[in-house]
Amino acid sequence: MSVSQAAADFPRLAYRRARARAGWGLAVLAFVLVAAPLLDILGLVAARGASAISPRLFTTVTNGISGGLLNAIVGTFVLSGGALVLGVPVGVGAGIYLAEFGSGPFGTVVRFLSDVLTGVPSIVLGYFSYITMVIGLGWQFSALAGAITLALMIVPYIARLTELSLRQLPVSLRESAYALGAPAHTVVFRIVFPIATPGVLTGVLLALAISVGETAPLIYTAGWSNYLWNGRLTHEPIGYLTYVVWSFINQPFASAHALAFAAAFLVVLVVLAINIAARLFLLGHRAV
Amino acid sequence: MRTSLFRTGLIGLTGIIPGILFAVIIFLALYSWPAIRFNGAGFLIRQMWSLGNLYANPVTIGATEVPIGAHYGILVFIVGTLATSALALLIAVPVSIGVAIFLAEGAPPRLRPLLSLIVDLLAVVPSVVYGLWGIAVLAPLVAHVIAPALGAVLGFIPFFAGGSPTGFGLLSSSLVLTLMVVPIITTTIYSALQQVLAPDKEAAYALGAMKLEMAVGVMLPAVRGSIIGAAILGLGRALGETMAVLMVSGGAINYLPTTITSPISTMASFIVSQLDSAEQDPTGMAVRSLAEIALVLFVITIVVNGIARMITRGLHVSLAGRG
Repeated sequence: MSVSQAAADFPRLAYRRARARAGWGLAVLAFVLVAAPLLDILGLVAARGASAISPRLFTTVTNGISGGLLNAIVGTFVLSGGALVLGVPVGVGAGIYLAEFGSGPFGTVVRFLSDVLTGVPSIVLGYFSYITMVIGLGWQFSALAGAITLALMIVPYIARLTELSLRQLPVSLRESAYALGAPAHTVVFRIVFPIATPGVLTGVLLALAISVGETAPLIYTAGWSNYLWNGRLTHEPIGYLTYVVWSFINQPFASAHALAFAAAFLVVLVVLAINIAARLFLLGHRAV
Repeated sequence: MRTSLFRTGLIGLTGIIPGILFAVIIFLALYSWPAIRFNGAGFLIRQMWSLGNLYANPVTIGATEVPIGAHYGILVFIVGTLATSALALLIAVPVSIGVAIFLAEGAPPRLRPLLSLIVDLLAVVPSVVYGLWGIAVLAPLVAHVIAPALGAVLGFIPFFAGGSPTGFGLLSSSLVLTLMVVPIITTTIYSALQQVLAPDKEAAYALGAMKLEMAVGVMLPAVRGSIIGAAILGLGRALGETMAVLMVSGGAINYLPTTITSPISTMASFIVSQLDSAEQDPTGMAVRSLAEIALVLFVITIVVNGIARMITRGLHVSLAGRG
């Protein structure tokens, strides 16, 4: 008896089959609705961005709405690098505490608040830095205010990802070290941390990707500058790539649009490369 | 002795995280205090935002010096924030459930890592790149295809009529937000679906259920709580999203949306758009009122995220306890 014969004999079954087919159709459609825009975004940025890439982009600074992106590239490095310098010690330290000693009420509260801090809109953090550092301390738009703001954003990410990778190690590892009389800092730095380093580094890289792609908090803290960063931490605005994307796409000139797409291309390239590498790395690491 | 020193140091570093949260709320509250007193409760329900005459001598109202004719009301931005987020969730939740079921049960197992990577990558595309795509692709699409189609089908409802000459507005903002919250909601639901116990699924198969019937009848009800938690988590993200919305919202001021394609502003996008104008105010009241918006947004997102984390965490614990 063929399937269609069975379907004809049992109308209820035919109805259920049709319903299941329609249901799966909707599920696939949902996935396509999500995947198509992503591919379109990547395709658009790759096509329009790659055609705007030239050596001049990396050797000259922005001049009005044309020129190169050297100032913005350097600025993004300075701001994100500064955020890592400030944020990694705090985030990793907090992650170690949460993983090794954070089972009490303090750890629980911090874990919760750190998740809440992750959800605070970046513009709110940016405005906080604006009123405290840019206005309050009189730093004006500056590299330091921007880097501190980015650090505020990435600290909870780094803390939670550090905690996560430390927690994956077996408790027996620590117990053996403690049983041999090792003090806590030896257990952490000599036993646990070296093994978990790849995971922690992955977390740091993901935080770097977040900070490279941020815009809103920097508009109120870093400002914008056409000039190359001169090394001053305060009282000197600094350019960055995401500002170019936001600001130049609204200018009615082809040269401005080309710069916006080129900047978007560079940002997406860095962010995607970090994320895909981190994922591949974690997959490989887990398999071992 | 050294042990306690080490631990004390770690506690100090860890304490910075709650410290940041409290510093943000305290400084925002202190700085916006004169604005809070001047604006009163009407701040939240007034429709008019005007910086006043910045070139005339300021006047003193009560004990506060403000520009002549200054009015600070943020109803428009509250409505814009809630409308974009609600519309985005309305689309994103069903889509995310569909994607999560497809990933968990429908897709060939060998393809799953690749397909879920695609969903994950949606979450890492920077906000400003979504905005760029919104300007270059989505807004024209809304103006020429989506809005006319909606108008043709649902035009008898005034909310959907009228089309959209530019494409910048409520609908485009919500669609961009949808793409940004779908990965958050999908991954939360997907990981909950993966924890549904095999015996529960097998029981459904034993009763003769097809795969989709099992997924919808057994798995979805089992993760009901996670779906709610995931939706609230997505809401928290949508409420605070700034750049992408700013770039496709049309930037409405003193104007409530009347149709699905009206220009809007959200609290977050308005703060960014006002930087230059607010700095011109010699009395500083505009900057303080913007701080008040940031404070309101901060409190809303903290409450929303707190609820979401409590729901998802509670579920996690109960699942662990059950296993």
